[in-house]
Amino acid sequence: MGTKVFAPWDDPNAKPLIQFRNVTKRFGEFTAIDDLTLDIFEREFFALLGPSGCGKTTMMRMLAGFEKPTEGQILLAGQDIDPIPPNKRAVNMMFQSYALFPHLTVYENIAFGLRRGNMPKHDLHDRVQEMLRLTRLEKFAGRKPHQISGGQRQRVALARSLAKAPKLLLLDEPLGALDKKLRQDTQFELMDIQEKTGTTFVIVTHDQEEAMTVASRVAVMNDGKLVQVATPDRLYETPNSVYVADFIGDVNIIEGHATATGEETYRIDWGEGREPLTAKSAQPFSAGQACHLAIRPEKVTITAERPTDADNAVQGRVHDIAYLGNLSTYHVELPDGTIIKAQSANTRRIARRSFTWEDTVWLSWTATAGVLLAE
Amino acid sequence: MTRLSWFNTVSLTLGFAFLYIPMIILVVYSFNESKLVTVWAGFSTKWYGELVRNEAFLDAAWVTVKVAVFSSTIATILGTMAALVLVRAGRFLGRTLFSGMIYAPLVMPEVITGLSLLLLFIGIGLDRGILTIVLAHTTFSMCYVSVVVSSRLVSFDRSLEEAALDLGASQAEAFRLVTLPIIAPAVISGWLLAFTLSLDDLVIASFTAGPSATTLPIKIFSAVRLGVSPEINALSTIMIAIVTVGVITASLVTKRAMVRQQQDEQAAIRAG
Ligand SMILES: Nc1ncnc2c1ncn2[C@@H]1O[C@H](COP(=O)(O)OP(=O)(O)OP(=O)(O)O)[C@@H](O)[C@H]1O
Ligand SMILES: [Mg+2]
Repeated sequence: MGTKVFAPWDDPNAKPLIQFRNVTKRFGEFTAIDDLTLDIFEREFFALLGPSGCGKTTMMRMLAGFEKPTEGQILLAGQDIDPIPPNKRAVNMMFQSYALFPHLTVYENIAFGLRRGNMPKHDLHDRVQEMLRLTRLEKFAGRKPHQISGGQRQRVALARSLAKAPKLLLLDEPLGALDKKLRQDTQFELMDIQEKTGTTFVIVTHDQEEAMTVASRVAVMNDGKLVQVATPDRLYETPNSVYVADFIGDVNIIEGHATATGEETYRIDWGEGREPLTAKSAQPFSAGQACHLAIRPEKVTITAERPTDADNAVQGRVHDIAYLGNLSTYHVELPDGTIIKAQSANTRRIARRSFTWEDTVWLSWTATAGVLLAE
Repeated sequence: MTRLSWFNTVSLTLGFAFLYIPMIILVVYSFNESKLVTVWAGFSTKWYGELVRNEAFLDAAWVTVKVAVFSSTIATILGTMAALVLVRAGRFLGRTLFSGMIYAPLVMPEVITGLSLLLLFIGIGLDRGILTIVLAHTTFSMCYVSVVVSSRLVSFDRSLEEAALDLGASQAEAFRLVTLPIIAPAVISGWLLAFTLSLDDLVIASFTAGPSATTLPIKIFSAVRLGVSPEINALSTIMIAIVTVGVITASLVTKRAMVRQQQDEQAAIRAG
């Protein structure tokens, strides 16, 4: 870890490596990317997260040069990359479909990019060996792509894109086919490569945990638009919308109406006959404005008795318990049928756990535990 | 394996008999001792010996082979290029017209193709000889090549070319190092097809051949008009053998490539 925190996005003088300026991409009538503006900085590990079909691959393909923006500009190191053909860009891409050359061996697949430059034979061999070692493919160097497993193929694709040590590396779902252990190892390997080489990574993933683990910043996309771009912790703690809160991790969403009761403090009425909730929010709400309170399950405390000092407390019945090993998630049903999830660490053995099905319990959380969202 | 019913057995036998009895008779009589084609007088390979000493036939055979090699090679290059444009170029003005036009010669009566080529050659003052036959054969076999190659190109995954470009290859390198090796089986079977088509073409060749160059089919045809000789039988047997080998090789190449492609696809599905 360096002494200075790596956060060029907070530095107004920092020069972005990649700039999307009002980029729109249409396929015929269909708008895949909608007026998108985004800066990605050098040495970043930038993750694109979003549901299937939201335009992640399309963004990658525009960076690699296989699609041209319909409107707007993409700048790489301050230069418009529109006229530069894909083979002249210092960008390598790992394809979602891998796109391995079926007629070449694993070795030759990895060597393909290196052979296009005029690298001395000896260095080339060393480099390929290094890539094979890194992706643990040494034993398969002589095989053709159809003679290896899906996960191995994915690693060949990864090795092939890494081999040329490009300035910008685009990884389209690089680790989807790997098992958990290998995936984590490869994630750390990628982060390591990034530290060592200073390459800028843009990675597409469906797996929010992966995005949180590897990324310096995460962009959550929906329907060709950016919903929020932030560091993983900011994204988790202060999502800007219900969409993001829901997309990243587990969350309880409580709908209600906000009324200011003090400085940055709001009363939330959330249904006839229910005790109002209290929440703090820096974002202003007008009186009676519809709002959503998003609370992470781990911020909800579960107790047998009503805690005396809690800002918010509701009573319910344990409806279900999801045992996750280190954690348990309690699904607590309120009298009107609303389910609220509370999570607690399993510090005790199962037999001595305090709550079980149908127990009546109290859920409580502080005024700052949740995020108040307008939409 | 299921056993065939008697009806199927009979149909199969009849069908194949119909197809192959004439050829079998021809092959058998090429080994006939007698000079009379219809009388069997014992086994002999002497007509093959005669054939080797017949200058006129040998010349014609040589012309035929040269024409076949050149025309099928040129047709393969042009046909592959046409297929690339038609499959790849996306929508351009008159694309449907072009792709229709490239297939039209497939159904055009050969007499008409031959006649039109003859008129063209006379029109531009080109002397009929080997060159004109090569040109004519290239013209009609190119469509076959382009059909074979484009059916392969349709299922070719373009992201392979994109990957090559992404890794720094030029367009030409991407084609030479990635596309061509992958579609090679289709290109080869296209070439074999063009080669055999050229070998046994009579109609178009007779329009475009001149006194300086005659192909084997023309030679046989004119010889037969003077009466069938056992020598002709021997020659035809050799041609049947060559064509058979060509067709079998072409289908084996295609089939092997198809099996491999299927394997790749299944592997890809498992991966995805
Ligand atoms: N060449 C194309 N022609 C027409 N529509 C396209 C084309 N490429 C992509 N699209 C559309 O653009 C949208 C975004 O596609 P894209 O491949 O970027 O999605 P994605 O976010 O990568 O999804 P996934 O996570 O499933 O890979 C999709 O709705 C897709 O159907
Ligand atoms: Mg995608």
